[in-house]
Amino acid sequence: MNEIPFYRTYPSHSIAHSGARLGAWEKIGLAATGLGLILLTAAVFGVSESTAEAGRFAWLSVSWAFIIGGGLAYGLHKHLSDRPGIRNNGKVTDSLTARGALGWMLGVVFTGFYVLLYWFAETLEGLVRLHDPLSQMLRGKAADQWFVYGTFYTVAIWVMGAKALAKYRHSRYHILRTWVIMIVQMGFAFLLPALFVKFNQPEVYLSYLWPLAYDKLFPGTLSQFLEAGNLGYFIVGWFIVGTLIATPVLTYYFGKRWYCSWVCGCGGLANTFGDPWRQNSDKSLKAWQIERWMIHSVLVVIVLLTAILWFEPHLPSFAKGPVYLVRQWYGFLIGAAFAGVIGVGFYPIMGTRIWCRFGCPMAAILGLLQRFNSRFRITTNGAQCISCGNCSKYCEMGIDVRHYAQRGQNIIRASCVGCGLCAAVCPRGVLSLENGPQTGRYNNHQGLSLLGDTKAL
Amino acid sequence: MSRSIVILGNGVTGVTAARHIRKRSAEDRITIISGETDHPFSRTALMYIYMGHLTFNDTKPFPDFFWAKNRIDLRRGWVEKIDTDSQAVVFTDGHRKDYDELILATGARPNKFGWPGQDLEGVQGFYSYQDLESMEKASATTRDAVIVGGGLIGVEVAEMLLSRGIGVTFLVRESAFWASVLPREEGELVGREIARHGVDLRYEQELKEILPDANGRARAAVTKSGEQIDCQMVFLTTGVSPNIRCLKDSGIEYDRGVLVDGFFRTNTPHVWAGGDCAQHRMPPPERRPVEQVWYTGKIHGEHIAANLCGEERPYKPGIWFNSAKFFDIEYQTYGIVLNEPRDQEADFYWEDPRGGISFRLRFNRESRAVTGVNVFGLRHRHAVWEYWIASKTPVGDVMADLGAANFDPEFYRQQEPAILAKFNTIFPQMAVKLRTRKGLFSSFFQKRILQSS
Repeated sequence: MNEIPFYRTYPSHSIAHSGARLGAWEKIGLAATGLGLILLTAAVFGVSESTAEAGRFAWLSVSWAFIIGGGLAYGLHKHLSDRPGIRNNGKVTDSLTARGALGWMLGVVFTGFYVLLYWFAETLEGLVRLHDPLSQMLRGKAADQWFVYGTFYTVAIWVMGAKALAKYRHSRYHILRTWVIMIVQMGFAFLLPALFVKFNQPEVYLSYLWPLAYDKLFPGTLSQFLEAGNLGYFIVGWFIVGTLIATPVLTYYFGKRWYCSWVCGCGGLANTFGDPWRQNSDKSLKAWQIERWMIHSVLVVIVLLTAILWFEPHLPSFAKGPVYLVRQWYGFLIGAAFAGVIGVGFYPIMGTRIWCRFGCPMAAILGLLQRFNSRFRITTNGAQCISCGNCSKYCEMGIDVRHYAQRGQNIIRASCVGCGLCAAVCPRGVLSLENGPQTGRYNNHQGLSLLGDTKAL
Repeated sequence: MSRSIVILGNGVTGVTAARHIRKRSAEDRITIISGETDHPFSRTALMYIYMGHLTFNDTKPFPDFFWAKNRIDLRRGWVEKIDTDSQAVVFTDGHRKDYDELILATGARPNKFGWPGQDLEGVQGFYSYQDLESMEKASATTRDAVIVGGGLIGVEVAEMLLSRGIGVTFLVRESAFWASVLPREEGELVGREIARHGVDLRYEQELKEILPDANGRARAAVTKSGEQIDCQMVFLTTGVSPNIRCLKDSGIEYDRGVLVDGFFRTNTPHVWAGGDCAQHRMPPPERRPVEQVWYTGKIHGEHIAANLCGEERPYKPGIWFNSAKFFDIEYQTYGIVLNEPRDQEADFYWEDPRGGISFRLRFNRESRAVTGVNVFGLRHRHAVWEYWIASKTPVGDVMADLGAANFDPEFYRQQEPAILAKFNTIFPQMAVKLRTRKGLFSSFFQKRILQSS
């Protein structure tokens, strides 16, 4: 019995299959991706302003074609060659996903790339110049490091989104959610901003609201938008309505997940590109304690900063300097270092939602709304939990889901982004993400045969 | 007055008893003894450790600090005998631990029915952490394996082995999978799923013997029909039996398992038993004498704790429920669904033409009260079925409100219309319309389920 059709072999422990962990298509795919990345790296050194347009165009196209084609070949074959269903085989032993050598190296590489991109963009000048043809096409102007970043980001979400679609194809919830993430990224966070630039409008990313896009309710930013004609009015309205009305209303009906798992690009990247590393989130009680004070501290800072800026004309002159400093440091520490560099760079080591969990002020607000005024919950199915631990393991926010499930208690946590993976990996169908009346949301004792397991013990 | 409560076994029964005693009593000293592991873990998750989904630590239902924090002492060691006269347990190394109350929660062990070769290297059951360790070790040199016994553990072992690229031949004595429990159609549904994953599933085959190689390792399994299947591992998954070796000469009465009354007391004062190792002298109606299920283990533990702390809590389990997963198909059952309908029972079965999803309902022919349900590939709400069965809801109302039981994720295809359409064809005199769809907002859910909690 050596021929096993339709079944993925997990890394070799059996003598017949030693070394046969990657199929042919996966090897080809990975090779192509690697080649594409080498070409992009070579562009750092080999491309400059003086490189011919046609040459840049060819180099750019070939590099990305290899990366995209290779990524799709690998990701799609890996999952489509297996039956639909949860197959997390090897996640806690593979070098890539379990903080082995490959995971560590990638963590360092991602972080390093972010550091260069954010603060030493001149070192990547060749790479930026390589992207001029694409930028000219979409934006009508030369590329900059943020356009390059956006390109990487969008490709990552689409290629790994396709992989996620294949991986979770047995679940309509995940198929729909992944598509929405991909479309929001391509539309609101890549093409639309490019289009705005092309027509000399403000380059806005409409899917990022205040306080995540922390300057969007600053008086300075809003008055700048108002100078941009009718579109400017629309944009100002969008951000004000988005934060003050849409956020509380949508969170009331659906919980935090409408934003964190369906719209936000941070979450979008986390659930597509970051999917291999979701289980590396810290599940400890200590992490939860740190998370709570950290995320709410960031919220307090940005709320105060925003409020103070509205009073800036009335501020005493000695205060203006410090306020400016806070704004600069916030931008550097929180906006760049935390959200970007650490948030994504540390994926392979600390899981995919470090920013979301420990830093994002939008997440903090949404979390408070979800906890205290929302219809969302993850229902646990009576007494069916077998305490296996898959839910806690695969929760990217480090929530000990099992703690609630094994007591028959619904999960309503401020940090829960409603990604739905706990419900997907549960082998007994114990969990379900639902919206329902607020009454009885926290209590889940529905006349069951257990004696009652409410008090913490 | 603080008592010394000693619990043998750190499985779900022992751990649940310990927790619930501590909830009621701050002064009693509680010690859990286990030879298997230092800390309690969920046996249900052993397969996921092997497949690389979880580490051993991930399977612990409570973090390590939980035990010290709640002053529940964990002791590692094997208890060899129980000295009921002086009220102490005796470890294999000779030292003793006194008890004022003793709870036996020693679980079960895989059956061995005397097959030649059953003690060879590479031959094992699958129940304990040690079984996982030996399976992991032997897998490195295993190309093919044979599983004997078509039930829940066998199918999990099959899934585990396939995840390592090990070829699996599955010998099932009956003519359909888990035929002692599942009705025919569901057994076949499961059989197709198993075969679809690449398992060589063989019905009406029994193990005759296991042949050794030169090193005392299994090298082939021979069936009663004379076939020889080359393999390097053989898994004996023909059921489990209570683990009661330490009861010898203790005076504690046992049959297959430790005999207990309706309060989980054994014949010996201050000695209790529950979980896989216990046997009800008088099983509650429709229950088996020995219940070897995670859920009943938990419920036993809760009852033992209540009774031990002075609350009279006879074992009156509610509506039966169980669950499993056969490769990618989840299974839930509520109420009683035997492999054949009982005398007064009518039977309704629906299966999705695409395969992998089924619904079976049993209801009383005369009163039409629903008595049991099997669902495969569908998630149903425990609370709703418990309500329907406990309140003897007639089948017409159940079918009309069937959406209330739907626990599938959002956007999944809702099967209730198809199920009802078939029901109406087979029982035209009881034909109903779907009036409650999936969701928590339905008036059925709000009025019946939430209010009855």
